[in-house]
Amino acid sequence: MTDPIWTPLLLSLKVASCAALLATVFGLACAYGLSRMPGRGADLVDAILSLPLVLPPTVIGYYLLVVFGRRGAVGSWLADRGMTLVFTWQGAVLAATVVALPLVLRSARTAFMGVDPELERAGRALGVTETVVFFRITLPLAWPGILAGILLAFARALGEFGATLMLAGSLPGKTQTLSTAIYEAVQAGDDHTAGILVVTTSAVCIVTLVLAGRLAPSRRRTD
Amino acid sequence: MAVRPWRLPATVLLIFMGARPVAAADLTVSAAASLTQAFKAVAAAFERQRPATRVRFNFGASDVMVQQIIMGAPVDVLASADQAAMDRAVEAGVVDRASRVDFATNQLVVIVPSGQANVPHSVAQLAAATVRRVTYGNPASVPVGRYTQAALQQAGVWAAVNAKGIAAQNVRQALAYVARGEVDAGIVFATDAAIMPDAVRVVAELPSALPITYPIARVTHSRASADADAFVAFVRSPQGQRVLVEHGFGLPL
Repeated sequence: MTDPIWTPLLLSLKVASCAALLATVFGLACAYGLSRMPGRGADLVDAILSLPLVLPPTVIGYYLLVVFGRRGAVGSWLADRGMTLVFTWQGAVLAATVVALPLVLRSARTAFMGVDPELERAGRALGVTETVVFFRITLPLAWPGILAGILLAFARALGEFGATLMLAGSLPGKTQTLSTAIYEAVQAGDDHTAGILVVTTSAVCIVTLVLAGRLAPSRRRTD
Repeated sequence: MAVRPWRLPATVLLIFMGARPVAAADLTVSAAASLTQAFKAVAAAFERQRPATRVRFNFGASDVMVQQIIMGAPVDVLASADQAAMDRAVEAGVVDRASRVDFATNQLVVIVPSGQANVPHSVAQLAAATVRRVTYGNPASVPVGRYTQAALQQAGVWAAVNAKGIAAQNVRQALAYVARGEVDAGIVFATDAAIMPDAVRVVAELPSALPITYPIARVTHSRASADADAFVAFVRSPQGQRVLVEHGFGLPL
């Protein structure tokens, strides 16, 4: 039932997809919100949301554990409602989302900034609502940059290890992703399994990066 | 003066290359996580006897310690929490077979978070539905996990407990999971439970299926073999054994 390769691979893809989706929704919302905030404040919020890029994953894992653990502020509230994040795949999604969010946020911010404000103004002049301006003008124009960010977020979520291990553990068939399975296999001296998992992970990441490269806005093409 | 941008990185690199990892009289001991406090105390007594020697530790799951040594980690002494881990080191030829000796014993206990209302009162109750999560070391790489698996198989509850098991990377992680209340119960060594008397409560002893004995041996490629042999002898000496007993360990027959 729990195949040593397929089970962690499918779980990793599930966790990374969910995390990339959540990071996209929140990342776009934050990036759009920041693009409308005055300079200094926006930079500070950006810096805080980008912290997972530079903080050690163990620090993020500890924060998440403290907040979402069974005795944590949010975790105890969830536990009263019968929900747990620690040692569940949803917990792995949470950890991966937090580390992947800045990648979407930063790409989206840059992409939004690259959209010619004249085009947005033209839309408003024609009397459409801000929502329509965002979805029909801003988002389509910024989309190539955002998409590249989403794929990087997916790749980062796929490779997430430290925070995931701390929050979700490494339970085979439940929360054991490719990266944690590799760690466990090496710890147990199972080099054969580790080798296959390493090659599998590398292959998935190469495919993701190639896709990201194809989708990234190329200067040569647009100029 | 010409700007030389490579100067700073080159200097930093040289400093790191020049920093030797260990001094000549350093003795590196890789030991089971459950030995953390006890071995630090043993080392303090050992260093008082041999002031020129500094003992450095590397604590973790025994199997991980063995793996590191097999991969060539510069370690002088290996102390594991079960015979299986040491057997693997012997088979790989990385420890000196003749220097291998048992130096301590331990027991398994079932612990629960302090202040938790609904707790198992016996080993059999670990299988009850009210106990939703049980943590113990990963049997694939942690001795306490192997002891736990054998003990629970003997008690006839392994399948039920394994289905809700949270495998920990080492015994101290299992202890931390229980102390933080992330699991309903955990299985650790009696000596580990004694470290956190405020955070965890022992509710039952778990009779082990096989004797829990800790072997120690000198690493074959040790560059401080005289100190390594002295440390092994000290752990087995009345003075070393007294420190272990103070930390709750039993003595081998």
